Order: sequence, then structure tokens, then C-alpha cells
Amino acid sequence: MTDIAATAPADLHGHAHAHDDHDDKPGFFVRWFMSTNHKDIGTLYLLFAIVAGIIGGALSGMMRLELAEAGIQYLPGWASMLGGESTDTAGKHFWNVMITAHGLIMVFFMVMPAMIGGFGNWFVPLMIGAPDMAFPRMNNVSFWLTFVAFLLLVGSMFVPGGAGGLGAGTGWTVYAPLSTSGSTGPAVDMAIFSLHLAGAASILGAINFITTIFNMRAPGMTLHKMPLFVWSVLVTAFLLLLALPVLAAAITMLLADRNFGAAFFDAAGGGDPVLYQHLFWFFGHPEVYIMILPGFGIVSQIVATFSRKPVFGYLGMAYAMVAIGVVGFVVWAHHMFTVGMSVNLKMYFTAATMVIAVPTGIKIFSWLATMWGGSISFKTPMVWSLGFIFMFTVGGVTGVVLANGGVDQNLHDTYYVVAHFHYVLSLGAVFALFAGFYYWLPKMSGRMYSEFLGQLHFWVFFVGVNVMFFPQHFLGQQGMPRRYPDYTAAYEYWHNISSWGYAIMAVGMLFFFLNMAYTFLLGKQAGDNPWGEGATTLEWTLSSPPPFHQFNTLPKIS
Amino acid sequence: MTIMKRLFLAVMFAMTPVAVAAAAPAAPVATATAAPVAAPADAAATAPADAATTATAAPAADAAAAPTFEYARPVDGVGQPVPGGWDFQPQVTETGRYAHWLNNVVLLPLMTIVSLIVLGLMLWIVARYRAKANPVPSKTTHNTMIEVIWTLVPVFILVGIAVPSIDLLAKQYAPPPADAVTVKVTGYQWYWGYEYPDHSVPEIISRMLPEEQAVARGEPYQLAVDNRMVVPVNRTVKLIVTGADVIHSWAMPAFWTKMDAVPGRLNEVTFKADQIGVYYGQCSELCGIDHGFMPIAVEVVSEADFARWVASRGGTMPGAAAPAAAPAAAGAAPAAPQAPAAAPTDTPAAPATAS
Repeated sequence: MTDIAATAPADLHGHAHAHDDHDDKPGFFVRWFMSTNHKDIGTLYLLFAIVAGIIGGALSGMMRLELAEAGIQYLPGWASMLGGESTDTAGKHFWNVMITAHGLIMVFFMVMPAMIGGFGNWFVPLMIGAPDMAFPRMNNVSFWLTFVAFLLLVGSMFVPGGAGGLGAGTGWTVYAPLSTSGSTGPAVDMAIFSLHLAGAASILGAINFITTIFNMRAPGMTLHKMPLFVWSVLVTAFLLLLALPVLAAAITMLLADRNFGAAFFDAAGGGDPVLYQHLFWFFGHPEVYIMILPGFGIVSQIVATFSRKPVFGYLGMAYAMVAIGVVGFVVWAHHMFTVGMSVNLKMYFTAATMVIAVPTGIKIFSWLATMWGGSISFKTPMVWSLGFIFMFTVGGVTGVVLANGGVDQNLHDTYYVVAHFHYVLSLGAVFALFAGFYYWLPKMSGRMYSEFLGQLHFWVFFVGVNVMFFPQHFLGQQGMPRRYPDYTAAYEYWHNISSWGYAIMAVGMLFFFLNMAYTFLLGKQAGDNPWGEGATTLEWTLSSPPPFHQFNTLPKIS
Repeated sequence: MTIMKRLFLAVMFAMTPVAVAAAAPAAPVATATAAPVAAPADAAATAPADAATTATAAPAADAAAAPTFEYARPVDGVGQPVPGGWDFQPQVTETGRYAHWLNNVVLLPLMTIVSLIVLGLMLWIVARYRAKANPVPSKTTHNTMIEVIWTLVPVFILVGIAVPSIDLLAKQYAPPPADAVTVKVTGYQWYWGYEYPDHSVPEIISRMLPEEQAVARGEPYQLAVDNRMVVPVNRTVKLIVTGADVIHSWAMPAFWTKMDAVPGRLNEVTFKADQIGVYYGQCSELCGIDHGFMPIAVEVVSEADFARWVASRGGTMPGAAAPAAAPAAAGAAPAAPQAPAAAPTDTPAAPATAS
């Protein structure tokens, strides 16, 4: 890590600029619709993730609006607006459609495309000194599969889902038999097919990243010299490669149960609904690390850059991620503690789950140690990273609580769980995404964002999400179950505050979009390296934005 | 408060594009839906209206014939959430109190300390090592000792947590004694069925009460049900939980109990409530449209009241109870078979009424 800056060829920078003039960019359609350039595909992924995030975020806003007060106020109206009936039944079904769509969109079409497709595509080749990804055409296929998958998912909200309304109302987990015999109509089939395509896209992407990272590192860039973001994407790619086929199998079996008279998950035909949950969570638990590991990598880069210090305990950081990835595959059944499992199994999954806290703690403490003794400047990306470290800690400790099978027996499927996973995702992964976005926006666009708006975005968003999600711990401890469109009057107090939190958060997002408009209309030229000597990785040796094809002469790392 | 709500709505609408579009139709809906929510749509046509009238009629008819049983009123703050409450509901089982202790005395302080240590360190670092205060960064990148410490200390803490945690699991899974009361719990879309095989009490259907009836009985709407599960105090209750259509989950926060109702599986879970009272829970696994509207109510009663309840349901106490009940049953004998007939408990469309 330390020696990368010193070892980038002295003439590289000049060469990049010279080359810029000779960039041979294809026309608009070929460039953006048939792209084989990792940076263009990364840009497509980021734009896609922003659009999906707006849709997924609007859905959560609708849900918080409905939950702001006891009683059902808006659901039937919304159901009829989207083409359904304006009945109570259709309204309640639409609620289930919203929770399903919000979950799937945020997981598969916001966080994953932004983290892996966006930042992974943009910066893995740049950071390892490679001209592009190993399989540029396959990279393009990945993006467009994801795009079509998203269209299918959004489309599923407008076709009959059975149960008196349009859309799939199964929850993002698509548990059988609610998703098989419990939901007639094509909506669930469409949602399942959407997951197939998104999963296939991710598997192709994972193959691409693994091949690129193993084979296309610049001379001298050994595995143990790779920036931690590249390490995080490498581990994530392996998780994707091993976990997603299991999801594909599980949802294919769902399709067979739904359409071809199979009975994999139907007890009446000799199947078992719990089998689906085992298969789903064998994918689903690694999936949560797929969403957070690249965030770990992003935060590591940013903390080192703005502390003007190399990452503390580099090897420990890298192998902590490997450990999290490995252990992440053997803890899945803590998502199923109340499904009726033997006490020995529950004890095992309790113990195994708590083990994950150890490598996670190593990461938290190493970030703090990286800052310790540093010379820290609090630019927007750093502020988001600090927010990430603290909020992820809070989400992590409630994870330790939930890991205890005996304690979970009360908290399972309550708002405590909702609060927990939004602290690690909405305040963890999303904070890391914003950190990475502000960190790399000058590199990607060539322009500086407004520091004032960036800070304002952070602080308003930070207050908003905490007001939104912290009271949900209380709701969960009081017994409020998840996925309810309405509740008894006693829960109104915290629900109301939580909805206010959403409103505050939404104001914060206003500053984000203002900032984007500012950046692209009025933003100053960023220069090659706006962050100074702390930014040591190879992308900062290139121009901003980087040339269409970089590293035609490979840099040498000594 | 009204101004706050208006302001809130205004902000929400401004921020969410979809919500803006919804503003027009939303306003009339808001006033119109308060009542319809009360009745699950599929049952609305048949059940609640009749239930309201028969509820008053039935006790009068039964009173002469079978032993009567009146449901108790719930106590505020017990067995149900409280407005603004943040802690767990008061626990009325031994394992519940143990788990509550584990959370509040072991886990919560630990969590708070860990979070505050991280926050405190971070604030200290921010103050001490900001660029102005420390213009020249150090080059330290390793310290084996501290890395070993921050790996091993969490390990020891987690082992410390695991000891009571594993113990709690063992206690929750302790096999029930021979005198345990068995209740077969079946989750349906969207109501619960309770059957007492050892007491010959046929399946009782338990549905959410409409709002006006819940209010009339002094019970919280969306937690109140027409027919409660009734169990004796200080006796282990063994629930055999299953699902009839999709997966549901039988949850009772005040007992620290939750068990999924999976079609094709018979899951067993036990609890031993040691305080008489009314306790509410809710379905805790997404099961379709009315997932949020199939609450659970358990009334814990004395042994004597339990026997009276069993008799009122046309059942008999197992073992010693049979001969003892014989003289009393002589008069009631003709009436007993009528009880289930008067209130057909296994017909979903016409829920049995409280009596």
C-alpha cells in the first residue's frame, strides 16, 4: 500500500493526458448501449442505482407515510392509482407489494449495482493498473441483464399477484408456500424471473472480477499490495459466485412448484417449506456481506486518504474480510431461529454467528487506529466514513443481541430486526456508498462537488436516519412485528417519530441532488488528485476523468 | 399536533414524487377507511355483524345450561405494548425473565459500552489528530500487540455472552413435565385455531375483534380477539404449532415465546406463565393480506377457572377431574353436547362467540 504512489511511473500522468487527445470514443448509441469500457459501464451502473434508489426510497417514503398514524389511510388509494381496485383488500395487498419491492430493489438494484457494478467496475481496473476488465463484452451483458431484471421487477407490480391485487406480495424472501400456493397470478413468476436475471448478471460479474483481479494486476502489484477496496471486491465476488447459484436453484424450485406441479416445498407432496428457507438463507446471509464488504473497502481507502496515513494492520484488514466471507457461509440459520429447529442446531448457529463479531471488530478498531496519529481533514467523504464506522458499530452490536437464539425468540421478525438491518445497510452500506460517491466523483466527472452541500447532506441525512431507525428498536422490544400496514394505538408514538425521521432524511437527499446539479453545472475542475498526498492508489495518478483507455503502458509497482 | 401532521405531510409529499401524485386521492380515503379496516375483507360480509348480536345472546342461553366463563379485562401495561414504551413487555415466565435479564443486564450494557468506546475514541481522534492539531501524520502501520488484544478481548467477551445464552436456550428447550397442558395451535389465513386434545376441547377459532367490539370490551383494537386461548397459571403449557395454508408465527412477547406455524410440521414450544392475566401477541411471519390482522390473545387463569372454562367449552379435565365432575355433570349432561352446536367453533365463517 505505502509504496504504490512512489512507484507509479513518473511519465504516466503526462502520458495519460497526451493519450486523452487521441481517445477514440464511439458514438452515443454504441458507447452507452453496447459499451465494453469498464468506466462507461460503471457509470451506467451508478446511474441505474440512483434511479432504482429513488424508486426504492419513494416506496419507503410511502410506507412511512402510511405508518405515521394508526389506521390505514392511503393504501387503497395507492392500489387504485397503480391500476388495482380501491378496496381494503387491494390496499393491504399493495402494502405487501411495497415491502417486497422496497427490499428487492434496494438489495439487488441499488446497493449491489452501485457497490460492485458501479465502484467495482470503475475502480478495480484503475487500482490494479489494468486497462479494462478481463471480459469487457460480458461486463456489458451483466449490466443489461440487471437492467432487464429491474424492468421485470417493476413490471411485476402491475400484473395480477393473486390475493386480490396487483404485484408480488411475498416479501423479499419469497417464502414458500406463500409464494407458491399462496400467490396465484403471474406477478410472483415475474419477480422470480427478475431474480434469476439479476443473479445471472451478478455471477457473470463475479467471474469477471475474479479473473481481472487474479490475472490483470500491473507488474509488481502482488495480492498483498492490492488496495483494500480491491480485496473487498475480490472477497465479494467469491461470495457472489458461491451464493447466487443456490438462490437460483431455490427460486427455480419455486417456479417448478408454482407452474409444473412439483412439490419441493409442499408438505402435502412430500416436500418441506423449511427447505426453501435453508436454501434462501444459505444465499441470503452471504448476501448481506456482499452488500457491506465493498463498503468496508471504500471506507478503508477514504480513512487512509484523509488521515494521510497508510491503513493500519493492512493484512489483518484484508484477512478479516476473508474471514467474514468464510464464516458468513456457515451462520445462515440465525435467520430462521423460530422455524422450529433442534436446540443443538440453535446453539451452534448462536455461537457461529457471534464469531463474526471478531473480524468485524478488527476492522472497526483498525479504522480507528488508521486515524490515530494521522493528520485528518474532514472532507465530505471522510465525514460519511466516520458516520459509517459509528453507525455500523451500533448496527453490529444489535446483531450480537440477535445472534443469541434464546433472546431472538422474542425479537425475531419484530421492528428490532428492521432497526438492526437498516443500521448496517441504510446507515452502513448507504453511508459507504455516499462516502465513495463523494470520494470518487471528482475522479469520475473531473469536477468538484460543493463541500458545503456535501456536509449539509451528511448532517441532515445522519439526523434523519437515526430519528427514523433508532425508535424502531423500541418498537421491536415492545413487540411490534414487521411487515404490518397498521398497528395497535400503543405503537403510534414511535412510528410517528420514525416517519418524521424519514422526512428529515428526504430533505437531506434534496441537498444530494442539488449537489449533483451543482457539480455538473458549476463544479470546479478537480485536477488529477484533489485529495493530496494521502490518496496513494493508482487512480489518482491518472487525469480526471481518466482517459477512455488507461494504462496502455502498464505501471510498475516495486 | 395537527400543525405537526400537516407539516409532516407537506414535507413527505414534497420529497417523494409518488406521494405527490397520491395527494389528490389520498385525502378522501383518509377519512373513509377508518371503519373498514376493522373487518378482514373476506369475513366482513358474514362474521362481524352477526358476531356482535350473538355475542350478547349466547351467554344468556348458555348460562342456564353449561358452566359459564367470563373473559377477564386486560390490565394496562401488562401483556400489551404501552405508548412510548421502549423496554420489553413485563415478562411472566421464568425463561422470559431470564432472557430479559440477559438482554438488559448483560447485552444492553455491553452494547452501550462498546458503542460508546468507539464513539469516544472517534471523538478523541477527531479532536487530537485533526490536521490543524497534528500537521505531520505518523507512519505507524503495525502494532502486533494491540492487534492481538483487539482480537482476543472480543473473543473473551463473546465467550462470556455465550455461557448464559446457551444456558437460556437449554432452559427454553427443557422437556415439558407430564402434567403439561397441551394446546394444538393452527395458523390459518387469517385467524388462529386452538385445540385442547387432552381436554376434549374441539378446535376454537380465534379472530381479531372489530374495532367497536374491542373498545366496548376495554381491549386494545388489533390485539383483541373474540376467543382467547385459555391456560392455567403455573402449569407448563406445551404448544403444538402448525400451519394450515402458509407459514404463520405464533408470538407472545410477554412470555418471550415465538414459534413458526409451518404447514406439514408440528413444532413444539413450551411456556409456563406464573401470573394470571390477559396477554396479547401478533402473527409474526408474513402470511398474506391480513398478516397484520390475526392477533393472538392468551388468558392465564387459576386452575379452578381453567376447569370451568374447559367445561364451558364442552370439554373435560383429564384424569382425576373426570369422576369429580360427574355429579355436576349430571345436571349439565344434556346441555353439554349443545355447547359446540350452539357455537360451531370449527366453521371459519361463523366464529364462536365469547361466553
